[in-house]
Amino acid sequence: MKLIKFFLIGILFGIILTKSEVVSWFRIQEMFRFQAFHMYGVIGTAVALGIVIVAVMKRTKFKTIYGNEVVFNPKNMSIYRYLFGGIIFGLGWALTGACPGPIFILIGNGYLAFIVVAISAVLGTLAYGAVRSKLPH
Amino acid sequence: MLELLSQPWPWYIAGAGIALVMFLLLWFGGEFGVSGALGTMCSMCGAGKKVPFFNVNWHNQLWNVVFVFGGLVGGFIAGHWLNSGANIQISQATVQDLQALGITNFSGLAPAEIFGTDQILTLRGFIFLVIGGFLVGFGTRYAGGCTSGHAISGLSNLQLPSLIAVIGFFIGGLLMTHLLLPFLIGL
Repeated sequence: MKLIKFFLIGILFGIILTKSEVVSWFRIQEMFRFQAFHMYGVIGTAVALGIVIVAVMKRTKFKTIYGNEVVFNPKNMSIYRYLFGGIIFGLGWALTGACPGPIFILIGNGYLAFIVVAISAVLGTLAYGAVRSKLPH
Repeated sequence: MLELLSQPWPWYIAGAGIALVMFLLLWFGGEFGVSGALGTMCSMCGAGKKVPFFNVNWHNQLWNVVFVFGGLVGGFIAGHWLNSGANIQISQATVQDLQALGITNFSGLAPAEIFGTDQILTLRGFIFLVIGGFLVGFGTRYAGGCTSGHAISGLSNLQLPSLIAVIGFFIGGLLMTHLLLPFLIGL
């Protein structure tokens, strides 16, 4: 039963990202060419509201529905993993036009070639796990 | 109502909706970070037996995979019942740039010339689908997050590492878009 909530939020997420065209390869191309405000508006609004939500949650010691305080773990500081990992993801984002969420949302939209992208993304994650001790972090 | 919902949604509705999704996930004891689900899928498939990184109790993370599957169903709902069928109104400058690279089909969410199922077994399909997906999976786990985990959740929590990651996303995206893509689309 606990999982149904997450399934429903996922449906909401899939509808929002489809209807705002965030899952579109065309919109991602437009973003990386700086030719429209759309994607920057989406991310900018989400972050601006997100900053308020997180700040209020921290100040009010906001609790989850299970009564535990919501915890925000600070990320460990380093440069290599975020920069190199980020660049590798960015290359893939511009190629496929999709970050991990949209890959699955596009499959739902009937773009079945993205099943290949999804399998490859899982294999890419697996490959990272296998070689991570050899990478600078 | 359905008529209205079937039109493209403006950026501020989408941004507010994404913030709402983040809030709901936190309230329900989860967090907003989609790429983590890819790692959980590795663990669920038994990757932990060979790769210690995936040897975790994935049952606690199952909610994230369920969330992603919900996203797929949401995409189906929006694509089938909330679809106006009109082309996406991208800027004329982008249309011209992409036409110069050889894209002619601007219908739908992604160009059929690259992302149609008939492209899967071509060299170009291999690069865009297989290599592209691999880079997304490898890079997001290396960086410890994707657009949701770093750009939205991390920046909302004012995390400098997330800002570095987002700068990385753009370095990679700009390199691909402006240097490599013109060559790769021509394959």
